[in-house]
Amino acid sequence: MIEEIKILIHNGRQYIPDLRNAKLKSPFRGRPEISTAKLDEQALAAVCPLGAIYLNPVRLDMGKCAFCGECAFAFPEKIKFTTDFRISSNKREDLIVKEGDSHEIRVDESSIRPEIKKIFSKSLKLRQVSAGGDNSCETELGACGNANFDMGRFGIEFTASPRHADGIVVTGPISENMAEPLQIAWEAIPEPKIFVLCGVDAISGGIFADSPAINRSFLEKVHVDLFIPGNPSHPLTIINGLLDLTRSK
Amino acid sequence: MQTDNILRIKNNSSVDLSEIIILSYEAFSEAAIQLLKEEQNHCVSYFAYRKENDLQFLMAVADDNHHDIAIISHLLKDGETQALESLTPAIFALHIFEREIHENFGVDFINHPWLKPVRFSHDRFNQNSTINNYPFYSIKSHELHEVGVGPIHAGVIEPGHFRFTCNGENVLHLEIQLGWQHRGVEPLFLKKNNLQRNLLAENIAGDTVIGHTWTFAQTMETLAGITVTEQTQMERALALELERMAIHTGDIGALCVDAAYHLGAQVFGILRTAIINFTQSWCGNRFGKSLIRLGGTYFPFTEELKQDLLQILARYEKQFLEMSHLTYRLPSVQNRFDFVGNITTQQARLLGTVGLSARMSQVVRDIRVSHPAYAYQRFPYETMVAEKGDVFARFLLKRKEIKRSIAWIRNLMEHFSFDASQTKKPVYNLRLKPNHFALSLTEGWRGEICHCALTDQNGALKHYKIKDPSMHNWKSLELSLRNLEISDFPINNKSYNLSYCGHDL
Ligand code: SF4
Repeated sequence: MIEEIKILIHNGRQYIPDLRNAKLKSPFRGRPEISTAKLDEQALAAVCPLGAIYLNPVRLDMGKCAFCGECAFAFPEKIKFTTDFRISSNKREDLIVKEGDSHEIRVDESSIRPEIKKIFSKSLKLRQVSAGGDNSCETELGACGNANFDMGRFGIEFTASPRHADGIVVTGPISENMAEPLQIAWEAIPEPKIFVLCGVDAISGGIFADSPAINRSFLEKVHVDLFIPGNPSHPLTIINGLLDLTRSK
Repeated sequence: MQTDNILRIKNNSSVDLSEIIILSYEAFSEAAIQLLKEEQNHCVSYFAYRKENDLQFLMAVADDNHHDIAIISHLLKDGETQALESLTPAIFALHIFEREIHENFGVDFINHPWLKPVRFSHDRFNQNSTINNYPFYSIKSHELHEVGVGPIHAGVIEPGHFRFTCNGENVLHLEIQLGWQHRGVEPLFLKKNNLQRNLLAENIAGDTVIGHTWTFAQTMETLAGITVTEQTQMERALALELERMAIHTGDIGALCVDAAYHLGAQVFGILRTAIINFTQSWCGNRFGKSLIRLGGTYFPFTEELKQDLLQILARYEKQFLEMSHLTYRLPSVQNRFDFVGNITTQQARLLGTVGLSARMSQVVRDIRVSHPAYAYQRFPYETMVAEKGDVFARFLLKRKEIKRSIAWIRNLMEHFSFDASQTKKPVYNLRLKPNHFALSLTEGWRGEICHCALTDQNGALKHYKIKDPSMHNWKSLELSLRNLEISDFPINNKSYNLSYCGHDL
């Protein structure tokens, strides 16, 4: 017992008190900012391995971006990654950052289904389904509940069964082989429920977008309540996204 | 068949395809069996690829004593019967490779004990074989029952299906059916440009970013005939050891969860966080994505990072030793770990297990020692084994390996002067040697990772083959559960922590 207490003391306080305003340091890459500097835009778009950079005007789609940083290394005068990790949104188009933009990315309150804040604002149990995920987003979702991030303090937890869940968090590009189990798990969750895509693979297919081994047709049938960018998504991005979606300000 | 005139290459090297002698299947089988009967040899990769309409087979056998890799090959012509005598009855460890070739190309392996699907790849030969009708073993008896679990599991983990055949509480047999995670990784390598390939390698298994990406980089750099600076070679090895430490620590924490020891679960989680947060401060990503790039890196290891790391390690080590010592001595933990999921030395050899899954049963198999990359030649790593091959052995070994990685890193920090100006930027515009075969092996935290690549006459990639150590080791997990209870499965599974996506590709 004494030794256990010693260990507790040696490890000290671990939880991050304010997850909303925690600070991450560079080179962590969060929300990008695109300057209005003029340059060879075709070359800029060509750098991106995932086709996440659009032109006229220059935009960067965080739903396709792996935050690899290549564009910022090639064109530092044009693209810069801030350490702002609050980049989740409920609107797909809000993940696209335009040149000159420097505003924060937030969940759009007006388009949240009213029952979400009413029912899930104090407790939210989620079922996680990895559908071709590479185990990095899964690990970060697991880390949300650890001693540092302690998502449990908000009543947000992962459940063992979809029957006990209020929603689903999908990781991975949705492999053909997982398409059916994913659908079954989704149908097993009682209404009302939320649907969340976590990580670049889940949001857009990522590097697997053009693979014949994936099947994303399920996404045409559901309404996505939250997009959480990242490769993998950082626990702070995940938790803040879920809080923005379900909590009143 | 003489095995001494066989082509032998070193790890991280390439050869002209014309140097690979094509044997008759008879000679090939004889050579394979003769090689693999020796304890110092094991098969690191065995695959087939289309050569026009024919099928060429390549087998790479690593020799741990001579530190080289034998390459043998044979050709199955289009017009010939697509059936070969299976080598599995003689060399059991080949079972998974033959199954894979069978699934991909429809080649029948006569007398293979279970020629079952491996991963239901999208381009499998038999499109009628679907993931919902996997041919599970079943024993007809009123006394027995079967329990199916998955593909989706209770935890936040990847999908796989486990089928237990039980007599009361007793598990007679466990069969693991994988493939749910299949994303078509290997053929994608052929379609992409080099930067995309680099990203793809990082996404093979997100818990082995460094292991797979380093192996990929070495394969491609070898084919391009370039070498990265000494500094970058050390950076990559450092990142690999940090990855090992982080995952092993997390694994020990996960074992504590299953032994209902919450203090351990939390503290090991905290310690793992310290390591991955360091990796984030180095390259911006907690898993090391974007750190390893072809030809160089954007994230040199600086003096400042070195000072941070030494401090973090000092703190980590103190807390880790304190916590793991207590865990080790706790009767309730010992009771949960001891004699659970035992694999004997003989079984481990038979199965051809690699990495930690081999070393836990006294089988010395470690690429850092037997086929070391430059960093491990300059700063040798001494590998170790555990004895009993059970959950306790896997726990002990992870604990020992963490300590040894710390010592290795400290030695590196002390004797190598990192100079960020020595780091080169990545190079994606590579000219690969035409008609070449390259092979690279890396000892990731799970065990050896093997990547093979072949180019055509224009220097374009024509085949890319990945082997995650889990390919060898899943069978070991199956066997280890015999005569345990289903309730022993979670702790046993976590002690192995094998990769689903690395296997399913
Ligand atoms: S950071 Fe994102 S936008 Fe930039 S190159 Fe990488 S994937 Fe493309």
